[in-house]
Amino acid sequence: MKGSNAYIGRPMERVEDFRMLRGRGTYVADVNRPNQLYAVILRSSVAHGTIKSIDAGEALALPGVHRVLTGKDLGNKVPVIPLRLQPLPQLEAFHQPVLADGKVRYVGEPIAVVVAESQALAEDAAERIALDIGTLPPIANRSHAEAKRSLLFEQHGSNVAITWKAFKGNADEAFKQAHYVRRERLKVQRHAAMFMEPRGFVADWNEKEGKLTVWGAAKTAWHNRRTLAAQLGLELEAVDLIEVDVGGGFGSRGEFYPEDYLIPAAARIVGRPVKWIEDRREHMMSANHARDIECDVEFAVGRDGRFIGLRGQIWADIGAYIRTNGSVGPRNVAQFMSGPYDIAHVDLKSSMLTTNKTPCGTYRGPGRYETDFIRERMIDLAAKDLGFDRLELRRRNLVADAQMPYPLASITPYDSSTELDSGDYHAVFDRCLKEFDWDERSKLRGREIDGYYHGLAIGSFIEGGAAGPKEEVRLALETDGSLTVYMGSSSVGQGLETIMAQIAADAMELPYDKIRILHGSTSYVNDGYGAYHSRSTVMGGNAILIGADKLKQLVRETAAKRFGCRPEDVIIDGEQVSHGPSQLSLADLSDVPLQVEAEFFNKKYTWAYGTQAAHVAVDPGTGHVKVIDIMSVEDVGRMINPLTLHGQAIGSMVQGLGGAFLEHLVYDDEGQLLTGSFADYLMPSASDFPHLNSITVELKPCPNNPLGAKGAGEGGLIPIGGLMANAVADALSHLDVQPMELPLSPPTIWRLVEQAEAARSNA
Amino acid sequence: MKVEFHLNGELVGAEVEPRTTLADCIRNDFQQTGTHLACEHGVCGACTVLVNGEAVRSCLLLAVQVQGDRVVTVEGLSGDELTPLQAAFRKHHALQCGFCTPGFITTAHALLSHEPEADEERIRDVLSGNLCRCSGYVPIVDAVLEARDAYRKSGDK
Amino acid sequence: MKPPVFEYASPATVAEAVRLLAARGGNAKVIAGGQSLMPMLNFRLAAPELLVDLKHLKDLGGIHIDDAGVRLGAKVRWCDIEADQRLQSAHPLLCEAIKSVAHYQIRNRGTVGGSLAHADPSAEMPGVAVTCEARMTIVGPAGTRSETADAFFTGPLQTSLEPDEILTEVALPPWPHARRWAFLEFARRKGDFAMAGVALYYDLDEAGQIANVHVGAIGIADRPVRLAEVEVALNGQRLDDRLIATAAKVARDSVDPPTDIHAPGAYRRALVATLLGRGLKKSAARGV
Repeated sequence: MKGSNAYIGRPMERVEDFRMLRGRGTYVADVNRPNQLYAVILRSSVAHGTIKSIDAGEALALPGVHRVLTGKDLGNKVPVIPLRLQPLPQLEAFHQPVLADGKVRYVGEPIAVVVAESQALAEDAAERIALDIGTLPPIANRSHAEAKRSLLFEQHGSNVAITWKAFKGNADEAFKQAHYVRRERLKVQRHAAMFMEPRGFVADWNEKEGKLTVWGAAKTAWHNRRTLAAQLGLELEAVDLIEVDVGGGFGSRGEFYPEDYLIPAAARIVGRPVKWIEDRREHMMSANHARDIECDVEFAVGRDGRFIGLRGQIWADIGAYIRTNGSVGPRNVAQFMSGPYDIAHVDLKSSMLTTNKTPCGTYRGPGRYETDFIRERMIDLAAKDLGFDRLELRRRNLVADAQMPYPLASITPYDSSTELDSGDYHAVFDRCLKEFDWDERSKLRGREIDGYYHGLAIGSFIEGGAAGPKEEVRLALETDGSLTVYMGSSSVGQGLETIMAQIAADAMELPYDKIRILHGSTSYVNDGYGAYHSRSTVMGGNAILIGADKLKQLVRETAAKRFGCRPEDVIIDGEQVSHGPSQLSLADLSDVPLQVEAEFFNKKYTWAYGTQAAHVAVDPGTGHVKVIDIMSVEDVGRMINPLTLHGQAIGSMVQGLGGAFLEHLVYDDEGQLLTGSFADYLMPSASDFPHLNSITVELKPCPNNPLGAKGAGEGGLIPIGGLMANAVADALSHLDVQPMELPLSPPTIWRLVEQAEAARSNA
Repeated sequence: MKVEFHLNGELVGAEVEPRTTLADCIRNDFQQTGTHLACEHGVCGACTVLVNGEAVRSCLLLAVQVQGDRVVTVEGLSGDELTPLQAAFRKHHALQCGFCTPGFITTAHALLSHEPEADEERIRDVLSGNLCRCSGYVPIVDAVLEARDAYRKSGDK
Repeated sequence: MKPPVFEYASPATVAEAVRLLAARGGNAKVIAGGQSLMPMLNFRLAAPELLVDLKHLKDLGGIHIDDAGVRLGAKVRWCDIEADQRLQSAHPLLCEAIKSVAHYQIRNRGTVGGSLAHADPSAEMPGVAVTCEARMTIVGPAGTRSETADAFFTGPLQTSLEPDEILTEVALPPWPHARRWAFLEFARRKGDFAMAGVALYYDLDEAGQIANVHVGAIGIADRPVRLAEVEVALNGQRLDDRLIATAAKVARDSVDPPTDIHAPGAYRRALVATLLGRGLKKSAARGV
């Protein structure tokens, strides 16, 4: 694949910024259709119950209120939402109906749709709907679930939806022989992606043409279109999902939620465009939750410090239904717990428990954040128990480049196996130590300065990317010589338009400003896949390379007809084509745009990887942790835009820190969500984590795609939980404080200190 | 109720319910959609506008409360070219999804207009009232630090 | 989240405002900065028929400093306190406490009167008022009355204000130049409500012993409180490490904080003792 290298690798400033900086972006809340009405979703305030009656009489009597839609307005059977990933038949029982179908299973579950002249009026109406819900005992935690206090899905007979099994080698044998085995229970709290732009849709049904247009698509528009068309009984071509500017996704926005059906359905039913924009309170109880796991794991290590195996049980509290990608996190916790380390034996079961809480889905680094917390804590504990230096123990076990491709654990059912593709994990580890000045900082370990105890930690991680199966692009060389690239990739704020323009500009040897990237909308290509699992650069980028080759061939063929020669004799030189003395510019080549379509297929995940080191200081009196510095070094194979990649890394690290210290979706024993606003769900702010560093390297390109790129952008947060817990333990090592749970909130740390001090005085 | 005020330098008027927030009035009655809503309870700062030169949360103000006042939104702080503050944001990659960005622009503009010598600690302090989920804040602070030069030279813009 | 329907009035005088409140029999609410009320309206946690905006009322926005002390009009905003240089010597405790209030945009609108009337048990201004024995001036249909801070705060988000009354001013006693003081709070993030906070001051008698000590705490009860037992333990004593440890222990034993989703009561109990100890240490370095 020839091409110049003018743009790939350059920290190009983004084209998206022009409109976004001036408030001229178009997000779905900025989209308006003539004659539109507004929808508000009436949601359950009961965690578990049976719907006895819905009386909308008073609501409908309010002026300006048009309809109140309930399950019976949606046809014979309330549509359910199929799984996009791991769609096993035995999981069908747990698909979410778009409106509560006789039973409510979580606070926030949609019960009705109110359509009115304004959002305020629709809210007024929603308040006046009389709901009679007979309550059932709620399942608010694992012990409720296992005791079968009640069943969310009576037919299923238990509150365990499925148990995944990750396996490699022969763990039982290996553990029998192991010199050291430590068993621990660890927990990660429920938190969520919490992107800043609330979700929304504007749906417009054209009765005459029988066509539905929906604005507000993101992430996986083509899949969602297939789902929606099937649910509405429409042909695919009758449905267009349009992606406008998207205010963050992080794995959560863009999956098919109940509202993805309800708003278009409402538009069809009322015969006018319908607009719905969620508010933050609603978002917190309806957008996917994530990361809620506990585990009971054993870690086996040999006398020489070689890691032997991981064995145990994970429980994932997945909420009331399995969402479109609800299995990914729980599977990943089990399958990827070994991370970048050579661990030959794995036997981990991951059970998904249904509870009366908001359903869960993927959030950046799904399952990976949780599993790295577990593994890195166990490694530091092993180092302490066995008397190994924490750095040395890791070095001894990092997978070596010579071992690649290195097989990770396999997982079943919905079997999947994968291998680490390439990497010099040791080089990156050492680079991180050097950049962090580990030796110098080590002098502060355990010391108390101004009331704060200092500690360090290190952790290595892998980041999977580039999920297949394919991506599509359509390239159009316009009659003015510019290039339009239509993509199946989606933008969620990651700078897609800029990065893809860099790739296209290099591939076509055109100036960067002659490239226009259009993305995400189903009208652009036949079958796109979208943005998830850090796939856009690899999948979309490589599709552009293939498309560029095809387009150049078409240019040659077109020019050949004009020059009267063979295509292979045409020379393309940037914006000029020539044969001998004859020359044409691309703009003069054809009266109509020259178009090609291209696809890139991929079955192998890419594996970016890295190491992070951290320095913290802990005040045992208040439990406050100051993050003094973090250094992250990651190898992504090939960097397209260092500026945007660095931005992703820092942003990702701060999300990880939010999970480590601040963010927590808390439920009471009745299944009531107690953290329903930003007053209680604490997000990182500008004054919380001022010192963060990230370095990206290109040591080992990916051998499995022409760009040599590995999917990246989630890595920053993956090691953070374990890193912070280990650093706190290091700082308070004089007390042998050992955090086993996230978040590391001040009361949690304070309690660990109190317990440790009490244990000491009793000793 | 009728309300009249100056919006980005122009005298405007609208007939609004008392319960209409300033944010909704700006967005819906005047189609200035650069001001964004991300929480509607006064925490995230995405809705920040300037009222009589001071940064305020427009989701916590009723439209009727700004009768006679001067309101400036991100659109009013923008021209055909990027301003020095906006250019600094772009240079430092201080935005990714862009949703929180207008609130940061208005807040940073207010801060630097009043305090062009603000140091990093002060900048972080002030910006702690605006949430960003994408950037991790580091590049935003760098951008605002760099933009100080423009405010030092020209005073209040 | 859009607010429920209500009417709006912005009267020109306090008397007119009171009249409007009285006419609605408890279904009207005062709005000043709106930084506490608007979130409640947006969440539909409050549904008044009428909002009475204090926007046009003159005379409520002043900061008056004289020998009688510091008087803050109810409409004084946090940014006004920050900007008034005189307060740094006229009432350093107030200045320090206010630094922790909320965020930039909120500080441009939020008012002293609003904070006091809202009476959040973790808020700084009510804590300063109770610690310093402030006096509130309240205007209602029957005229003007005065109330001490500790009588003003009656419970969580509750004050002695009748629905037809307006808080117009809070008066803090004069502040001697040599006074020792401290304000310390601990919050999860900058600008958050405190998990606990301590405001304290004392004077030194001729023998260099603590006199007239006032210790107040926020975030550990349903309203800001004076820690009376701590004051007893401190008065007449010389400040040293042993006294600080004693005072901290008394504080721990004399409070019974509630448990909520952010912290168990035991944590807040320990926290207030820690903050008291650190505050006393800090106070020793001041006023020398």
